[in-house]
Amino acid sequence: MTTTVELMDYAEVVERYDPVLGLEVHVELSTNTKMFCGCPNSFGGDPNTHVCPVCLGMPGALPVVNGTAVESAIRIGLALNCDIAEWCRFARKNYFYPDMPKNFQTSQYDEPIAFDGHIDVVLDDGEVVRVDIERAHMEEDTGKSLHVGGATGRIHGAEHSLLDYNRAGVPLIEIVTKPITGMGERAPEVARAYVTALRDLLRAMDVSDVRMDQGSLRCDANVSLMPKGASEFGTRTETKNVNSLRSVERAVRHEMTRHAAILADGGSIKQETRHFQEADGTTAAGRTKETAEDYRYFPEPDLVPIAPTREWVEQLRGTIPEMPWERRKRIQDDWNLTDEELRDLVNTGAIDLVAATVDAGASQADARSWWVQYLNQQATSRDTELADVAITPAQVARVIELVGSGELTNKLARQVVDGVLDGEGDPDQVIEKRGLKVVSDDSALLAAVDEALAAQPDVADKIRGGKVQAAGAIVGAVMKATKGQADAARVRELILERVGA
Amino acid sequence: MSDLTRLTAAELADKIHTGEVSAAETTQAHLDRIAAVDGDVHAFLHVDAEGALEAARTVDAAVAAGERPASPLAGVPLALKDVLTTKGVPTTCGSKTLEGWLPPYDATVTRRLREAGVPILGKTNMDEFAMGSSTENSAYGPTRNPWDLDRIPGGSGGGSSASLAAYEAPLAIGTDTGGSIRQPAAVTATVGVKPTYGGVSRYGLVAFSSSLDQAGPCGRTVLDAALLHEVIAGHDPMDATSVDAPVPAVVDAAREGARGDLSGVTVGVVREFSGEGYQGGVLRSFETAVAQLKELGAEVVEVSCPHFTYALPAYYLIAPSECSSNLARFDAMRYGLRVADDGSHSAEEVMSLTREEGFGAEVKRRVMLGTYALSSGYYDAYYGSAQKVRTLITRDFAAAFEQVDVLVSPTTPVTPFKLGEKVDDPLAMYLNDICSIPANLAGNAAMSVPSGLSDEDGLPVGLQIMAPALADDRLYRVGAAYEAARGPVLDKLGELEAAK
Ligand SMILES: [Zn+2]
Repeated sequence: MTTTVELMDYAEVVERYDPVLGLEVHVELSTNTKMFCGCPNSFGGDPNTHVCPVCLGMPGALPVVNGTAVESAIRIGLALNCDIAEWCRFARKNYFYPDMPKNFQTSQYDEPIAFDGHIDVVLDDGEVVRVDIERAHMEEDTGKSLHVGGATGRIHGAEHSLLDYNRAGVPLIEIVTKPITGMGERAPEVARAYVTALRDLLRAMDVSDVRMDQGSLRCDANVSLMPKGASEFGTRTETKNVNSLRSVERAVRHEMTRHAAILADGGSIKQETRHFQEADGTTAAGRTKETAEDYRYFPEPDLVPIAPTREWVEQLRGTIPEMPWERRKRIQDDWNLTDEELRDLVNTGAIDLVAATVDAGASQADARSWWVQYLNQQATSRDTELADVAITPAQVARVIELVGSGELTNKLARQVVDGVLDGEGDPDQVIEKRGLKVVSDDSALLAAVDEALAAQPDVADKIRGGKVQAAGAIVGAVMKATKGQADAARVRELILERVGA
Repeated sequence: MSDLTRLTAAELADKIHTGEVSAAETTQAHLDRIAAVDGDVHAFLHVDAEGALEAARTVDAAVAAGERPASPLAGVPLALKDVLTTKGVPTTCGSKTLEGWLPPYDATVTRRLREAGVPILGKTNMDEFAMGSSTENSAYGPTRNPWDLDRIPGGSGGGSSASLAAYEAPLAIGTDTGGSIRQPAAVTATVGVKPTYGGVSRYGLVAFSSSLDQAGPCGRTVLDAALLHEVIAGHDPMDATSVDAPVPAVVDAAREGARGDLSGVTVGVVREFSGEGYQGGVLRSFETAVAQLKELGAEVVEVSCPHFTYALPAYYLIAPSECSSNLARFDAMRYGLRVADDGSHSAEEVMSLTREEGFGAEVKRRVMLGTYALSSGYYDAYYGSAQKVRTLITRDFAAAFEQVDVLVSPTTPVTPFKLGEKVDDPLAMYLNDICSIPANLAGNAAMSVPSGLSDEDGLPVGLQIMAPALADDRLYRVGAAYEAARGPVLDKLGELEAAK
């Protein structure tokens, strides 16, 4: 099946062509129930356990709109600076597919609930790009097919197929951009940054799990090229199956290089759906349809129009949280961070954790240091997201407090954190169990200091002779003797005191 | 006690609730009647004797315990059109594609009947998916009109109307998309009401055309229909198009009307519903009816509804469009018929072959019409224009109801025709609903009440009464007054039977 595709060098692509992007993002809302029935809306579950006559499309069953989903749709529209329709309807999108119980999808067609918006996207170097939003509309998800047998895992060539309707009827919001032009070589990065911004926004609004790996956020990337300086868009392809932020960037970049090679060779782009292949970062053509699909849209007669009052819309506007990027800007100013420091915070996903740790009483510099460095390393080595590591901001703040008061050294503090991560309890419990308190009793330390000085008389003489830096060797010996539980600064003081230097 | 089948629902309810007769013996009497005559009439596709008797015994136990009846109709049995789902009881919609399907849930209408203590005798025959005017489109063979077994009982709800005329049931439920309650009522001399759209829940009514479908009560008298109306009507949160408003007081209206005084009521005669295509006997019966309404004290005026002329073509674009989408779910994947699943056909082929085998000719015709009308490039010319006509018809009604309280017309242009007579002429068949369709397009309430027998063929004729949306009570007041003045029609069927 694999055919070698000629690709053009990326530098040449952007020298000769202007890319045009269009991104369609599907977001599964995290409402308690499905879009049109009372079934639980939750990921997974044994196949066909979250179903009822409505979401199975049983004869006679009727949909009723989930009010919370409409509310989320309006809030998303407002957060994307969209106009909210005063009156809109659902429509039926008619096509036959086994994972769609009614053989039509209840969606919105020419009357989306939200339209004409924009979102400002911050690129890695801090440049801000405005992406215009065409529309955000409500629809229902389909079930899932599992095709058994056959080489491709697609319905074609399968021996039989299994259908799971748990996902059928889950509320979706589809967010469609206007064509994104003029991005040049940064187009793939803009695509990733846009989806990242959407993800952060929707997460901050608590309307979706936005897990690309679980499909609660899905991105279809439309890409076309036109010769440099042209104004008429080229033929586009739509790439699906893009399951991570990084893949968004890779998929766009791949399509640009593939299109360019075909166009430069005098060929033409076939308008088609392509599937992103995670393994090698390429795209493969989907099944080509001989005729264009005619969805025969018409207004859904089983549902009444939605006419959100302006009062309600304004009330919902009041619930829109600070945009994540605005919040970042504010935090950067408040904490006086360099761009690089801010980027570290954002890239590690530590911003909320640091803020919460600061709220729990720690200084932002200490909090940042812990989350961005040690805890981030621990997350990586434990193969988990930073947000999922088994320590709370309050616990981190407590550790910082103990270091500040001298009860823990940094080294001991890391051992305490390890204990918390290993499930040994909160920091104080770990200290208790592991016996990690700093030895702050001077008499005990003095004994160790005397012992170390006696064991290394030549070093003691050097210190007495003014070579203060030689004290390091004695400090080391004392720390070793106290199993690291001494405060090194205090040990140094005691050594100097003892030798009379 | 075979007399029990000749009583009205109101009379039966009275006897059951006072303990004079039991609900069980009432139900059994009707089951016996079904056993005796349904071989000829074929009103029922499925008889649920056990379920009906069990419901009846529950009512009897309550009566014996001195409890208040669950509803004014508790214990009075009923025939349910096979387009409403019944949990665990076959629901075929007259189609081969649903043969053997046992719904996992009750329609709201079914649930309300059960809660009201109404024993459901069985499921009645119908044109496949309610598409037709004769029940000849049922995959399970036609129902016959008790007035003349060689004639059609109307459609799509011919099973329900015939079960009433044949005294197999005192009450029935129909559904009306373009006249499927009223036209069968007219041709069997029974009463049928299409309530205001949204007045009775559509949840569990297997959809033909969602924006037009409306379940409603059928009976042998206006009062019986009113009693049933109040049992099944009312807001249902499971149906988004259900009207959230109080149910009009239709029983009170029927009782008031029965006193025979229509003074203060203005009746409009629709000018457009006469002339070519109308049988002479039907028009003469209608004129007599109008004269009787005047005698009852009503003021009668002629009104014009110019756009009603376009109702039929608009209907035959909207209804097929919606049905082409509603019926897409019958694809062999989850329930119902599945053919060609032999490992050599793809899922798409199984879907396609199942639909080819499972649907009858009329259903296929309408699915194709609708698919075409909704296609890209044709949508505006067909579906879009039809919706505009719909708006104009709604305005015609609104203008008329500024002048009059109700509108009247013949229910159908002709008396029941012979089985097979129009089966190959869809356009002639469609014309049966020319008078009934406007009320569906506008969502108004409408009733058919018997208006005697045609003087040329001795077959039943119906008077249609139409009222504004949410004013269903007006139908019952005028209908009951007219019924009282006109006298029983169905009794003549007994005379006919006796004369044979
Ligand atoms: Zn469900």
